[in-house]
Amino acid sequence: MKLRNQKEPIKHEVNMTSMIDIVFLLLIFFVMTFKIVEMEGDFSVRMPLASNQTGVVDDTELPLKLRLRADAEGRLASIQMNEVSLGTDYDALQSTVIGLVGSAAPGAASEDGPEIEIDTDYNLRYEHVIDAITAVSGYKSGDQTVKLIERIKFARPRR
Amino acid sequence: MRVQSKKYDMAECDLTPMIDMVFQLIAFFMVLINFGQTESNDRVVLPKSVLVKPPEEVLKFPIMLHVASDGEVIMGGETFTVDTLRLGLNREISVIRSLGKEPSEANVIIRAHKDTPAGDVQEVIRVAQEQQLERFALRVKEDRQ
Repeated sequence: MKLRNQKEPIKHEVNMTSMIDIVFLLLIFFVMTFKIVEMEGDFSVRMPLASNQTGVVDDTELPLKLRLRADAEGRLASIQMNEVSLGTDYDALQSTVIGLVGSAAPGAASEDGPEIEIDTDYNLRYEHVIDAITAVSGYKSGDQTVKLIERIKFARPRR
Repeated sequence: MRVQSKKYDMAECDLTPMIDMVFQLIAFFMVLINFGQTESNDRVVLPKSVLVKPPEEVLKFPIMLHVASDGEVIMGGETFTVDTLRLGLNREISVIRSLGKEPSEANVIIRAHKDTPAGDVQEVIRVAQEQQLERFALRVKEDRQ
């Protein structure tokens, strides 16, 4: 049977405008404040005052001495390890450390491993010191990190 | 006269996929937003190292020192020189002492600019040592290459 005057179903239309406004505002806020987080890590240095330290000398090994010299502009001029000059090559420094410490160091040297004293020129840029610390601390072998020297200290600043 | 009302066709676009995408984007940025920016300082660009990894646990009793390229030290929003740093450190140490801990248990985190003269960083360490602080962490950016 054909029905006349049949009512059309009422359409409920939700007004999306305000929601889209807020959603876009949120999106813009998050896009503007977005910053890729750079991962950071630490080199631990345990350094009590020099006067206290004289009593706690490592009885097995004397501290290795690393001397870093800078040119007038703060660039690395030379690396010297226990009076042996190594030019400006961090790889040479690392192989010297491996030769001195041995690659079997990490097991034995977890607590009282060898110690290195870094004596640097005052104006040497900090990043070169970090590069040197990286070279003596260990190296990456695939995904694994092989540790070399974990005890690092600084000599007195040179003025 | 009978006027026939004309029904206009409303151009309706389907908003569902757009809203889906926008919500996805909002969720993405919300998850990745970093609220821990207070640790960093605009005057400091850290050096890089392949060996460092993000610490597994948070250092106890941290004292954060930012060393700018001109040797100025920024601690808790205040700027110090090597000569005045002692005052700022004493304040931090008194807080640590009030918690019943010794200064030797505190961790001094040094965030130095990569072009800072190394001697300036050493001076900062020396001043901290004079205040009985002995644990230092040289903060470095992770180099993934």
